[in-house]
Amino acid sequence: MSGDSELRTILGDQVNRLLADRVGKNDLESAEAGAPQDKLWASIEENGLPSVLVPEDRGGVGGGWDEAEVVIRAAGKYYAPVPLVESVLAGWLLSAAGLDMPLSMISIAPVRADEALTIQRDGDGYRVTGTATRVPWGRVVEHIAAFGHCDGEAYVALVPRAAWSVEQEDRNIASEPRDSLRFDGAALAAGALSGAVDPDHLFAFGALARASQIAGALESVLEQTVQYANDRTQFGKPIGKFQAVQQELARMAGEVAAAGAAVEAGSRAADRARQSQGGDAGFELAVAKIRASEAASIVAGITHQAHGAMGFTYEHTLHFATRRLWSWRAEFGSETYWAEGLGRSLAAKGALALWPGLVDRG
Amino acid sequence: MHSFRFEPAELPPETAAMRAEVREFLNDNLADYPSAMRARSWAGYDAEFSEKMGQAGFLGLTYPKEYGGHGRTAFERYVMLEEMLAAGAPVSAHWIADRQSGPLILNFGTEELKQRIVPAIARGEAFFCIGMSEPDSGSDLASIRTRATRTEGGWLINGTKVWTSGAHLVHYMIALVRTDPEAERKHDGMSQILIDLRNTDGISIRPIKNLAGEEHFNECVFEDAFVPDANLVGVEGEGWSQVMAELAFERSGPERYMSSYQLIFEMLNEVSKDTTAAGATAVGRLVAHLATLRSMSISVAAKLQAGEDPALDGSVVKELGTLFEQSIPVIAHQTLEREPSPDQGDDFGQALAYTTQAAPSFSLRGGTREIIRGIIARGLGLR
Ligand SMILES: Cc1cc2nc3c(=O)[nH]c(=O)nc-3n(C[C@H](O)[C@H](O)[C@H](O)COP(=O)(O)OP(=O)(O)OC[C@H]3O[C@@H](n4cnc5c(N)ncnc54)[C@H](O)[C@@H]3O)c2cc1C
Repeated sequence: MSGDSELRTILGDQVNRLLADRVGKNDLESAEAGAPQDKLWASIEENGLPSVLVPEDRGGVGGGWDEAEVVIRAAGKYYAPVPLVESVLAGWLLSAAGLDMPLSMISIAPVRADEALTIQRDGDGYRVTGTATRVPWGRVVEHIAAFGHCDGEAYVALVPRAAWSVEQEDRNIASEPRDSLRFDGAALAAGALSGAVDPDHLFAFGALARASQIAGALESVLEQTVQYANDRTQFGKPIGKFQAVQQELARMAGEVAAAGAAVEAGSRAADRARQSQGGDAGFELAVAKIRASEAASIVAGITHQAHGAMGFTYEHTLHFATRRLWSWRAEFGSETYWAEGLGRSLAAKGALALWPGLVDRG
Repeated sequence: MHSFRFEPAELPPETAAMRAEVREFLNDNLADYPSAMRARSWAGYDAEFSEKMGQAGFLGLTYPKEYGGHGRTAFERYVMLEEMLAAGAPVSAHWIADRQSGPLILNFGTEELKQRIVPAIARGEAFFCIGMSEPDSGSDLASIRTRATRTEGGWLINGTKVWTSGAHLVHYMIALVRTDPEAERKHDGMSQILIDLRNTDGISIRPIKNLAGEEHFNECVFEDAFVPDANLVGVEGEGWSQVMAELAFERSGPERYMSSYQLIFEMLNEVSKDTTAAGATAVGRLVAHLATLRSMSISVAAKLQAGEDPALDGSVVKELGTLFEQSIPVIAHQTLEREPSPDQGDDFGQALAYTTQAAPSFSLRGGTREIIRGIIARGLGLR
């Protein structure tokens, strides 16, 4: 087997232990009610997790996407109610633009395919203007890594809270903040995106991140559902002994495995593209989001069926997973969005290119 | 609970040479093969093509050299298989021999049997079929009744095997038979026996037309058919565990998601000519599934190569692969406003006609969907 990198293994142990320990039902409920999660964030920061994609010479962990994937997947698996995933993405963007990552909760903007921000030179500095909707954790974070164009070039700006106002607080169905922000203020710093990051793929990396979170939440759902099927007794035996239930849970296991495989393939491809300079992981990123989003719907359906009415309560913890699955499958593009794009690019190349193209990718 | 992680694996560099060789071979031997035939995928039968593959060194790839094999890696074999499947090459003549009968004999057979049979498999001259199912024993395979009774120098076989793919064409069957009718547990007392279908009296083979009107599987009736002692495969009474090992080979390969590739190809061809949002979305989605299954299958090949047991992972790939393959003709039908047309249709219409009719068998053969899910449920610790 090709094996996992040592860093990936260490990070995986660390982040899974930390989040398993620190994120419980009470934390999730208080986060949904709007309480700040500063203690959780402090321990995440202490472990350097947000900077997993920041190079070591910029004070980061120096990992690649394969390493980031274990962190992001764990954030999904334990439903971490903090902008960990967005901070990881922000760290990556800032580094790619030659900027240092501040120690704080950071998000990214814009996160919608059809929105853009403008970055303009302003004296010695930069000014960011425009509106971005559904910005994850917008009201909570202290900085935003804003992506935009400056004189026709792709730029990233590090924007402090003073430079935006929350136009409207909104949320996704998991009650994670998704706010509309109006930017009109000075950036702390800005830099052109280096050639290693293709601006067209920013949205796709957001999609990869959500796909990895989905894969994590799916793992958790599978474990919980098997546990519930062993515990819940009807007709004098655990419901997991009924073949009808077993068959559905086996179907679930297949979907969970496929989503996991797709996001791991996406992360590895992203690393290959990064190392090859100018390489492109667009195909695998689209595949990851398509496959994970699709699995999210199927698995959410099966787990609710297996949990009966208990799983339909707020009291039970299942909804922490399923409401996220229903949110994340749509964020950074649904499976349909990505499938259409993928299909169009395949159609442009023609059927004869399909197989060689697939194989050339690894 | 089993880990359902498919650890990513990359195809090692030596597979590139294998891929180039296979493509060159296909270019030389299959360039004009029509699309409608390619749609048949590994159901296409062409003994001559199989023999050519044997001569070119593509069969018995992972078998040891001393038995006529080529001592290559599981990755190289994986690449050879996926290239053949992507081309829709007619590989059914040797498919079962190469995939499972050869490895079965290598794992369990006597030295004499290995020497006698395996090199012929690798040459593409010995073709096999699988004699497991019977009229009253499908999923409940351990209930088989075909008997082998001891006689001077061998065994007499009596009973009926059914759904035997290719029995009317191939040389050998490896049959699962009951050698000890007195065994206490029904999983005991079974053995595997090699039967020479072309040189044995007392065997009648009758093709059974499938729903598309094609002759592919058979009923095989044995009436005092004599099989010499030397044809016992493995250990008398150990048939059940041997068959389970054999089925793991049967379930782990790329044919479980590649056998309808031609229809995806033809669909993409149509969508290329007239790219609608619905068409692009349908093709993009199918290719995303295909790519994911391929990653998973390469991960299984890595497990095989590392000598690990791929049985459960193979079942997961089969579960997902059959769902995927059965979705292809439905999506093709729903997306492109075209009627399936088996004879006069264009390439898309013919591929759609063929695959639509073949699809129900995908989740039956090699263990039904329900049986496969039962295996996965065991991996989940539910049974
Ligand atoms: C195209 C094709 C080629 C084949 N080739 C071969 C071959 O070469 N050699 C060979 O030996 N066999 C072959 N088979 C037979 C194949 O292995 C059997 O069809 C399969 O094992 C199922 O058996 P059955 O058809 O008798 O269905 P049954 O076992 O009667 O099953 C009918 C339905 O009941 C379900 N069912 C049965 N038992 C259970 C259970 N315990 N729990 C839940 N559901 C259950 C099944 O899943 C299925 O949906 C082939 C079949 C096909 C379609």
